[in-house]
Amino acid sequence: MTTTSATPVALVDYDDAVRRYDPVLGIEVHVELGTRTKMFCSAEQSFGADPNTQTTPVSLGLPGALPVVNGTAVEYAIRIGLALNCQIAESCRFARKNYFYPDVPKNFQTSQYDEPIAFDGWLDVELEDGTVHRVEIERAHMEEDAGKNTHVGGAAGRIHGAEYSLVDYNRAGVPLVEIVTRPITGAGERAPEVARAYVQALRDIFRVLDVSEARMERGNVRADVNVSLRPTADSPLGTRTETKNVNSFRSVERAVRYEISRQAGLLDAGDTVVQETRHFHEDDGSTSPGRVKSDAEDYRYFPEPDLVPVAPSRAWVEEIRATLPELPQARRRRLHDEWGFADAEMRDVVNAGALDLIEATIAAGASPAAARKWWMGELARRAKQSEVELAALAITPAQIGELQSLVDSGRINDKIARQVLDGVLAGEGDPEQVVVARGLEVVSDDGALLAAIDEALAAQPDVVEKVRGGNQGPVGAIIGAVMKATKGQADAKRVRELVLERIAG
Amino acid sequence: MTDLTRLSAARLAELLAAGEASSVEATRAHLDRIAAVDGDVHAYLHVSDEVALATAADVDARRAAGEELHPLAGVPIAVKDVVVTKGTPSTAGSKILEGWIPPYDATLVEKIRAAGLPILGKTNMDEFAMGSSTEHSAYGNTHNPWDLERIPGGSGGGSAAAVAAFEAPLAIGTDTGGSIRQPGAVTGTVGVKPTYGGVSRYGLIAMASSLDQAGPVTRTVLDSALLHELIGGHDPRDSTSIPEPLPPIVAAAREGALGDLSGLRVGVVTQLQGEGYQAGVLARFHESLELLTKAGAEIVEVSCPSFEYALAAYYLIMPSEASSNLAKFDGMRFGLRVEPEEGPVTAERVMAATRGAGFGDEVKRRVILGTYALSAGYYDAYYGSAQKVRTLIQRDFDAAFAAADVLVSPTAPTTAFRFGEKLDDPLAMYLNDVATIPANLAGVPGISVPNGLATSDDGAALPTGFQILAPAKADDRLYRVGAALESALESSWGAPLLARAPELG
Repeated sequence: MTTTSATPVALVDYDDAVRRYDPVLGIEVHVELGTRTKMFCSAEQSFGADPNTQTTPVSLGLPGALPVVNGTAVEYAIRIGLALNCQIAESCRFARKNYFYPDVPKNFQTSQYDEPIAFDGWLDVELEDGTVHRVEIERAHMEEDAGKNTHVGGAAGRIHGAEYSLVDYNRAGVPLVEIVTRPITGAGERAPEVARAYVQALRDIFRVLDVSEARMERGNVRADVNVSLRPTADSPLGTRTETKNVNSFRSVERAVRYEISRQAGLLDAGDTVVQETRHFHEDDGSTSPGRVKSDAEDYRYFPEPDLVPVAPSRAWVEEIRATLPELPQARRRRLHDEWGFADAEMRDVVNAGALDLIEATIAAGASPAAARKWWMGELARRAKQSEVELAALAITPAQIGELQSLVDSGRINDKIARQVLDGVLAGEGDPEQVVVARGLEVVSDDGALLAAIDEALAAQPDVVEKVRGGNQGPVGAIIGAVMKATKGQADAKRVRELVLERIAG
Repeated sequence: MTDLTRLSAARLAELLAAGEASSVEATRAHLDRIAAVDGDVHAYLHVSDEVALATAADVDARRAAGEELHPLAGVPIAVKDVVVTKGTPSTAGSKILEGWIPPYDATLVEKIRAAGLPILGKTNMDEFAMGSSTEHSAYGNTHNPWDLERIPGGSGGGSAAAVAAFEAPLAIGTDTGGSIRQPGAVTGTVGVKPTYGGVSRYGLIAMASSLDQAGPVTRTVLDSALLHELIGGHDPRDSTSIPEPLPPIVAAAREGALGDLSGLRVGVVTQLQGEGYQAGVLARFHESLELLTKAGAEIVEVSCPSFEYALAAYYLIMPSEASSNLAKFDGMRFGLRVEPEEGPVTAERVMAATRGAGFGDEVKRRVILGTYALSAGYYDAYYGSAQKVRTLIQRDFDAAFAAADVLVSPTAPTTAFRFGEKLDDPLAMYLNDVATIPANLAGVPGISVPNGLATSDDGAALPTGFQILAPAKADDRLYRVGAALESALESSWGAPLLARAPELG
């Protein structure tokens, strides 16, 4: 019986749980490849098409149809494998995973079983404080996605109680790569963070490799999270649960955290953890048991007889390796060195998602320090105010570069620069245009300044007396009046020079 | 006037090319013949007279306009119902596909249409090609034109009977364990199973993917070569399709007909004669060997010890693959849909009810066998061992082909038996294919050439077949030796064997 898994359990406080138990993780990440066509046929795949419009006899599983492997998908899988420091198989076969379900048109999924295209790799995962945790990769294999069921008439779109179900086969046959870790040990209390950072690192890699749009919210990347507890790091592995389809970074972290608290509660009570599939609930961060099957799964795997083995030549693999882009971690290290930021500064930049923006701003001519100052200062403040990502602000790195060069050339000062920023964000054009349109250029015409200065001196004869008496302190009051009169557009340094000359003169 | 149904396809093609007959005349003659005799023979499940006549008229018009046409343009053809034809029913002899109209053509059908051969209709077969007598068709028996009380062989009994009864000069068959060659033997027709991968499987409703192969069914060896050349060759939609071009099979058939086999080594397989073979069948076999010797061939004896296990291995591999290939027939997307008579209507229960009602006993037997053989814990003992036997059989062939250019045997151990004789004894039925199965397991090509009549156990004179096997991709040898034997036999008889078949209708 598996009823115990559904019975409410007293959650153990997280900190208490990880003091007394050692968590072990296993993470399976599925990524949908961004190939033009599907894994085994010429049907196009793009997000948001009308239901059942992206199909062929192959992806509908019609009688007589045969699969053909998508060469681009194989190349993408190899890229992923190489980026994860894996070995690439010299020859590997697909297998059939047999099970009856309406969203699987052939009633078997064509997947790699005992012969993955990539295996034995690792990925160093960096946590927010810079700690690095190595995650060992068991395998990365190719497979096809299933269609999508929509259950109509029941509660909350669940199959239970539904009047009928609709199936959209547009997703059926979309190429997937599944990446499976070895047990992730040694993370201790930071296990939820490691899980999150690992999935996030994979997402970044998929994007840099250009193998997927890797948009979590569209289900391009889906994680299944296995969690088990054991009394100490020396104990044998405990019984694990698998929480399926955890589809945001934050959810990955929460799901692991919840399972640790829940399993600790069971173990504390002398119960056993049931090996099962669980669902994650976004609303309260809890997990609940999935479908309980009356009989054990037997997928009756056997080699797919409709496909010949995939045998990537070593020359091709090396060619792919040679053309791999710089991976996120290496890039961060390189930029860290080039920019000369302090460790903490660099971490803040990365965590704020400002890396690309700062790099592009530097490319547009700004110094690293200036680029960081803008994005992590004024712009971060504005993004926070409007509750958007930095990258979503209506200003480009090129515009920030231009703004900074206006400051550097003395045409505007820092204070004015913030007004220019307002103009750009308000859609008034590039910084140069805003400066001209708003008339914000620094007043450096001595004639115009002298008029304002003479006026200020005449208004404050007592200050003039004090300065003439050798006390330069109060001169600021004159400068302030001049700046006010010129609406801040005057070059304060020049104003000071002229004021002193005038009083002395 | 010449009866156009009595001509070989090659001869009919000559008349059409010379303008001495039109394709419409030839097509109508065959449709008339079908109307006259198919009530007794029941070779066809579906006759597409309108489509056939439209194709014929189109070919005639193009010929009249001086267009260059395929050599077989205008020659009518019948297609086994396991091959999908766009717009025409394709049931594979099963109730589960009743009423399904495929939205696409098999590659070989595309080629037939492009070459302008009018498709007369779809021929009867054992359900999903499972059987050796066509008695497992869900749509009634096909009758052997030599004796209407007897089976026409199977699974392609419809195609063989159609050709033997002059209801078509050409037909398409499929051969997984002998389904082209054994019906050929028992109906006095020529049948060829090409090298695995020689003819595209795209659009063949699969039984066992690693064994299935489509091929020609005709009355002469040359006709088979002409049809094989038309349907063969690489197909990018079938990844198991051979990339190299076909060997020169038509030239080989023409050369063989000259009757000179000097220097050819013919291997007689020890294991494919003797016990279990009818005396008359063996007598005809030895007479044919003498004719080959007279033509200059050298007869050598070769031993293939693993052939003893071929039938056992076949009946594990074939049902294993079939159990998975037939999973898609579930009432969810096409074909029959049956709802359970009582209880909830869930997807799983509709699938079960549909499969229970739609599949016949032999199909269920093989699906159950295959499901068992692939199950966890049994896989190695059954499917795994069978694959090892398959490797041993391939090695036996390699050794045999080192000693001989072709291998020969009787095609089937007996002449056609009466309806019902073996229906309740699956093992006796399976033994019909003992001589044909090894070729499928090794992927090598085979031909059956009619080589006389033998007296059956109950005193009837019925056709026998002579099987020739060649190494993979050396299909041309089949045609050279087959045509030489055919021409020697016909000179000794003074007429083709089918001239001795009783009149129908």
